[in-house]
Amino acid sequence: MRHLIDIMDLSVEEIDGLIAKASDIVAHPDAYREKCRYKKLATLFFEPSTRTRLSFEAAMLELGGQVLGFSEASSSSAAKGESVADTAAIVSGYADIIAMRHPKEGAPLVAASRSDVPIINAGDGGHFHPTQTLTDLFTISRELGRFEGLTVGLCGDLKFGRTVHSLIAALSRYAGIRFVLISPEELKVPSYVKNKYIKEKGIPYRQTTSLDDAMSELDVLYMTRVQKERFFNEEDYLRLRDSYILTPEKMTLAKKDMVVLHPLPRVNEITTDVDLDPRAAYFRQAKNGKFIRMALIMKLLEVE
Amino acid sequence: MRVDSIKNGIVIDHIDAGRAMEIYDMLSLDKLDCPIAILKNVPSAKMGKKDIIKIDSEAAFALPVDVLGVISRNITVVTVKEGEVADKRHVSLPLEISDFLRCKNPRCITSTEQGIHHRFRLSPEKEGVYRCVYCDAKRA
Repeated sequence: MRHLIDIMDLSVEEIDGLIAKASDIVAHPDAYREKCRYKKLATLFFEPSTRTRLSFEAAMLELGGQVLGFSEASSSSAAKGESVADTAAIVSGYADIIAMRHPKEGAPLVAASRSDVPIINAGDGGHFHPTQTLTDLFTISRELGRFEGLTVGLCGDLKFGRTVHSLIAALSRYAGIRFVLISPEELKVPSYVKNKYIKEKGIPYRQTTSLDDAMSELDVLYMTRVQKERFFNEEDYLRLRDSYILTPEKMTLAKKDMVVLHPLPRVNEITTDVDLDPRAAYFRQAKNGKFIRMALIMKLLEVE
Repeated sequence: MRVDSIKNGIVIDHIDAGRAMEIYDMLSLDKLDCPIAILKNVPSAKMGKKDIIKIDSEAAFALPVDVLGVISRNITVVTVKEGEVADKRHVSLPLEISDFLRCKNPRCITSTEQGIHHRFRLSPEKEGVYRCVYCDAKRA
C-alpha cells in the first residue's frame, strides 16, 4: 500500500506514468467509467477548499466510484476533539482511499501512520500539496509536450508558496531545466530550497525582481499571489504587488508558445483580459487536475 | 570549587557553555536517583568556557547519549568504571531522534495532536541541521 504525502514520494518514472495515464483518460474517457466501481473515496477536508475537493470527488465519480466525507472540521468529530490519527483509523474502515486536507502541517503523515488504506495529501497548511504539483506537471506536459530544456519562470511569493517549492523539487529531476526566480527581495525562494533542488544539482538559474525583464526567455510562467499579510509596510506591498500583475501588455514580451500557469485562486495578479490569450493555461490547468487525480487514484488503488 | 571524581558512571564533557540544563532535560536526568554534578562555565583551553555533567551511577550507562549530537558535535562522553576511564568518545549525529525534542512550529500537527512521537531527521542540506519529520521546520 502506498500513500502520497510529498511529491518526492513519487519517482520520475512514476510521475511520467501518471501523466501518460491521465493523457489516456483524456483521450478515452469511456474506457475508465467503471474502473473504480464499488470503490469509495473519503474526502476529509478539515478546512474549506473548492477546486481540490471537487476535483477529487469528480475524479472518483468519473471512475465509477463513490464519495463520502466532510468539507470542514466543524462537521466532523474533530470539533469534539478527535485526533487526526483516530479519524484516519476509523474512516479507513469505511473507504478504500482517503484524500485529506488539514490546516496543520504533517497531518496527512500522521493519518498515514494509522490508516489501512492509501492517504493522499490534499494540502497540509503551507507545507505540501502534491496533487497540485502533479496537476502543474501534467499541464506543462500537455501544453508543451516535454519538460527537458524548458526555462521555467516562477513569479510572486516564492518564499511561502508551497506550490512553488514542490514544483521546483519535481522539475529539478528533469534534464535541461532552467529556472528564473522572479520575486521581491522579501519573498525570495528560501535558501534551503534553492540549495537542495537547484544549486546542489548544478541547475542553471537566475533571480530577478523584474517580471518584464524575464518574460522573453520563459517557456513557462508560473504566477502566484503576493500576499499582503507577508509585508510589514503597506507601501512596500502595494509597490511590489503592482510589479507582478500580468497584463496583455506584458504578454507581448513573451514567446508565442509560452504558457501561463497559476495554482488559483487569483486575486489581481493576472488581469482578466489575459484569460483570452491562448497562452493562458490556468483554467485548463484546473481542469487537468481532475484527470491526473483519476490516474493517481487508480495507481494507489492498484487498478489497471 | 571541587567536585569528586566518579566511580561508576559517565562524564558528559565539552558541552557548549550554558547548555547543560538542556541536556539534563533531554536525558530526563531528574529521574535518576544518584549524585549528579552540573558544572557551568568551567574554563576550557579549547572552548573558552564549557559545561560538564557528571553522573555517578551505573544507570548512566543506559542513557541514550547519542542524541546529544543534536546539541553539539563537540560533546564527549567519558565512561568511568571502578574509577578508571573505560571509554571516551565523541557523540555522532543520529540520523533520526524521537521524543527528545519538540517541534516549535505552531502550524505543525505535533502542536495539537496527542499521542504521536515527536521525530526529527538529520537534513542533508548542512551538517547538524535537523528538521521535523512532520512539517520540515528546522529545529530552533
